[in-house]
Amino acid sequence: MPEINGFGHSMKRKEDARFLQGKGNYIDDFKLPGMLWLDIVRSPYAHARIKSIDTSQAAKVPGVLGFITGRDLEKYNLHWMPTLAGDKQMVLPIDTVKYQSQEVVAVIATDRYTAADGVAAVTVDYEPLPVVVDPHKALQPDTIKVRDDKDSNRIWHWEVGDREGTAAAFAQAATIVREKIYIPRIHVASIETCGCLADWDGVNKRLTFYVTSQAPHVYRTVLALVAGHVGLSEENIRVVSPDIGGGFGGKVPVYPGYVLAVAASVLLGKPVKWIEDRSENLAADSFARDYHINAELAADQAGRIVAMRMDTVADHGYSDAQASPSKFPAGLFHIATGSYDFQKAYMQVDGVYTNKPPGGVAYRCSFRVTEAVHAIERMVDILAHERGEDPAEFRLRNFIKPEQFPYMSALGWEYDSGNYHQALRVAMDMIGYADLRREQAEKRARGELMGIGISSFTEIVGAGPAHQFDIIGLKMFDSCELRVHPTGKAIARFGTKSQGQGHETTYAQIIANELGIPAEHVKIEEGDTDTAPYGLGTYASRSTPTAGAAAAVAARKLRDKARKIAAHLLECAEDDLEWDKDRFFVKGAPGKAKTIQELVFAAYTNHPSDLEGGFETVHYYNPPNLTYPFGSYICVVDIDRGTGQVQTRRFVAVDDCGTRINPMIVEGQIHGGLTQGFAPAMMEEMQYDENGNLYGGTFMDYMVPTAVESPKWEVGETVTPSPHHPFGAKGVGESPTVGAPPAFANAVVDALWHLGVRHVDIPITAPKVWELLKQHGAALEE
Amino acid sequence: MIPPAFDYAAPTSLSDALALLSQNPEAKVLAGGHSLIPALKFRMASPALLVDINKVAGLAYLREAGGWLAIGAMTREADLDRSALVREKYPLLADTARMIADPLVRNLATIGGNLAHADPANDHPATMLAYRAEVTAQGPAGARTIPIADFFTGPFTTSLAANEILTEIRLPARRAGDGGCYLKIERKVGDYATAAVAVQINVNAAGVCTSAGLALTNLGLTAIRCAAAEAALVGQPLDEAAIKAAAQRAAQAAEPVSDYRGSEAYKRSLVTTLTVRALRTALERARR
Repeated sequence: MPEINGFGHSMKRKEDARFLQGKGNYIDDFKLPGMLWLDIVRSPYAHARIKSIDTSQAAKVPGVLGFITGRDLEKYNLHWMPTLAGDKQMVLPIDTVKYQSQEVVAVIATDRYTAADGVAAVTVDYEPLPVVVDPHKALQPDTIKVRDDKDSNRIWHWEVGDREGTAAAFAQAATIVREKIYIPRIHVASIETCGCLADWDGVNKRLTFYVTSQAPHVYRTVLALVAGHVGLSEENIRVVSPDIGGGFGGKVPVYPGYVLAVAASVLLGKPVKWIEDRSENLAADSFARDYHINAELAADQAGRIVAMRMDTVADHGYSDAQASPSKFPAGLFHIATGSYDFQKAYMQVDGVYTNKPPGGVAYRCSFRVTEAVHAIERMVDILAHERGEDPAEFRLRNFIKPEQFPYMSALGWEYDSGNYHQALRVAMDMIGYADLRREQAEKRARGELMGIGISSFTEIVGAGPAHQFDIIGLKMFDSCELRVHPTGKAIARFGTKSQGQGHETTYAQIIANELGIPAEHVKIEEGDTDTAPYGLGTYASRSTPTAGAAAAVAARKLRDKARKIAAHLLECAEDDLEWDKDRFFVKGAPGKAKTIQELVFAAYTNHPSDLEGGFETVHYYNPPNLTYPFGSYICVVDIDRGTGQVQTRRFVAVDDCGTRINPMIVEGQIHGGLTQGFAPAMMEEMQYDENGNLYGGTFMDYMVPTAVESPKWEVGETVTPSPHHPFGAKGVGESPTVGAPPAFANAVVDALWHLGVRHVDIPITAPKVWELLKQHGAALEE
Repeated sequence: MIPPAFDYAAPTSLSDALALLSQNPEAKVLAGGHSLIPALKFRMASPALLVDINKVAGLAYLREAGGWLAIGAMTREADLDRSALVREKYPLLADTARMIADPLVRNLATIGGNLAHADPANDHPATMLAYRAEVTAQGPAGARTIPIADFFTGPFTTSLAANEILTEIRLPARRAGDGGCYLKIERKVGDYATAAVAVQINVNAAGVCTSAGLALTNLGLTAIRCAAAEAALVGQPLDEAAIKAAAQRAAQAAEPVSDYRGSEAYKRSLVTTLTVRALRTALERARR
């Protein structure tokens, strides 16, 4: 019998055998007989009227079979579709395009190359229209209106907190700091782009839709809602999400290409594949972030934070196409009070339309937590520096204390557990904080620039409790269906969908831990809506807090059944039995025992007559609260005064995600997440010119770091279990992406504060740093 | 990112390759392909025929002869990077090869392609200007030698005729007192230079500079040779003052434009900084 491999075992990932041998099965690996290809003509303009569309030359390309335009879709009322945020977006335009790279015409052909030739041969005549790119300009009264169906460019206004109380606290504060902080528009840039294969069976009126999706069940329901009126009925839609080459939130929304592929398959009666290329992915699919934050933080004479205020403009492009819980238009941005104990806070956010692609998704981020953490961690650092204090000491004074948990934050979140002091002290010990401060002082005296940056973040993940969390009305529970076969081997199916997180291993270990069946003998399946139980999918670090909890509860239900069978077989009362790893034994007589394998076999062959046969169950887990992972990161940078280049010398990350199931997988998640925190901090940004043209539509210019640029990560841990989760886990995938950016920014500003630099927006590129050095007289002209 | 249709030929001799070029004015030579294939995929180039010269024997070599280091045009960047001869005696070339793109690209990309493509952002053009290299062009009428100073006629254009193939690059063999260095600022591995500087100097036993080559990458419409900076060095003892004077002149020779890699002022400042640092390293190497 193999090892059980419950919690704490770094067993190798079960899925890696196929990934490492090139046997993964990604969306573009699916091929069906008679399959056609779809490619898309896209707008070169960010705002333009379509004067005419001429497909006559393209129709002459051998192998081009047909076209779909907005006018074609209009006949079926399919030219618009809902977004997951309750807004709507065009599938194809009727007369006006609203962002560069918007879909205009679909071309269907016999193969990928012919489809591209067809796209090149379509002529669209545009009349360019004025463009609004800056969301602040979009809010001015005399500006261009982005959406013809709306009264203004303001999508929504949202506020939370005690406006008057906060104002009063600011009025009495001893120190107030204010800063404009921009969290730039970035892209998830998953290595696998988006794509699908739609297969309409006209005889049985059944659609099989293969798609690289983080939320296959939601897709099925959305397809039924969008196209129910033309005959797509939910029982006849099967969504299959295969292996995914990276999702990071970008594979939660439904894109126009998906609707087009389904429409093409229905119209032509053949399977139709659409796989976008890299530039389409970068230029047209959902972006992330793009928050313009005016932040204020106040402290009293003793250096205690007393109040926080934030006023934010959120740029959503031409449609609010984020996948946010419906009650929270700015996501969980009001976690922005962070790890600190103060009672007065107020924030308001305005969502704005601009002539840019729609979004924004939660890129490895639990709905705007990244923006919140960056804002508060920058402000805390500015406040500490403003007071002439060490940022570590300032944090230690202001942290919520361990004995205050569960803690109700000023903006209404109930933090489940935490020990922020411990996490920061562990990080300071690991990096040798006091020595670094001494070295910094010596270097500064010699004119060398070295900085130390801290980020002590609080995350909020595991959405979420049914009374607060839904997406388009669907409550955000998640599920596990667990079946154990007569020989004691199991299969478990989930409503989530792994994109590299290692669910096939982690979930198996949860069941192994609870039920004693070796993880190796627990097969995990996700992604096929015909077989998996309903769930909202994998994003926002919710899989372990929700579906992982469902697995534990399902396993415990079956363990209760096993107890009844054990009592029957061992001829004792249920209360006389005790559980040990993989067996029930009679108290005081460990030799009188039945293993889980024996008990399961009995469930099929020799179960008590008053008990149902079989050994399976399903559980839909509604979390009682969110979980609040946290951590402290410390970053050390050296700055080249001649070039403005920032070299990350060290980066220590201490994470607390509660109980760790597979420590190796957790560490891998942290390494990946830190790299995706480094990227926007130092390199990545989607920039648009005043005409709405994207700079960075290829990987030559969209700056995803390689292993060469990425710092070496030093990781540490503390363990503070969640008190309400079945086994104390909190979720970890996003913590490092959320926590890392302010550590970098704080380190750079720490290096430059004595020159008069208070803030620098991410990404902190070499020319940006050089300009700062130049402005403050510190650039070195060799 | 799907190319249009094109024809493809893979001749096994240089004469066949040259004949194909003469017969097909719309043909393009395919060497390592790492500039041409992306251009095809973006439909920025649509040649009717690709003449793949990877099967032509005898175009990849490195040999010292007659006072020159001769390099076959199909020599891969990875082979330059790995060559002990290049590392030991031609540090400017070694630096340059190592800074080109990334290891995967260098396995296929060729020095001849890098020069013949004449992208002002390519790295070898400045290096070859600093070395005072010369190249051999083979055409229907035979071979001719082109001094590198006459080779680049504009962005993406050279003095090669459409029916000629660049076959060899020659740079002066190492003499005592030679030292060189290539410094490049890039946003990430594989990026084009924000600014880069190639220097190749010779210093005599007295520490006086006897010759100097200095050129810039991606700071104008072609690689730029900085003749004034070179003149400021030759005949001078190579001290900090001389180095700084040359760096000032190099910065004046640059023609940068502001873009997403940095402002015009930033790039010009980088030229100064990189020239000083490259000259210091080159001097150190010359004295070894």
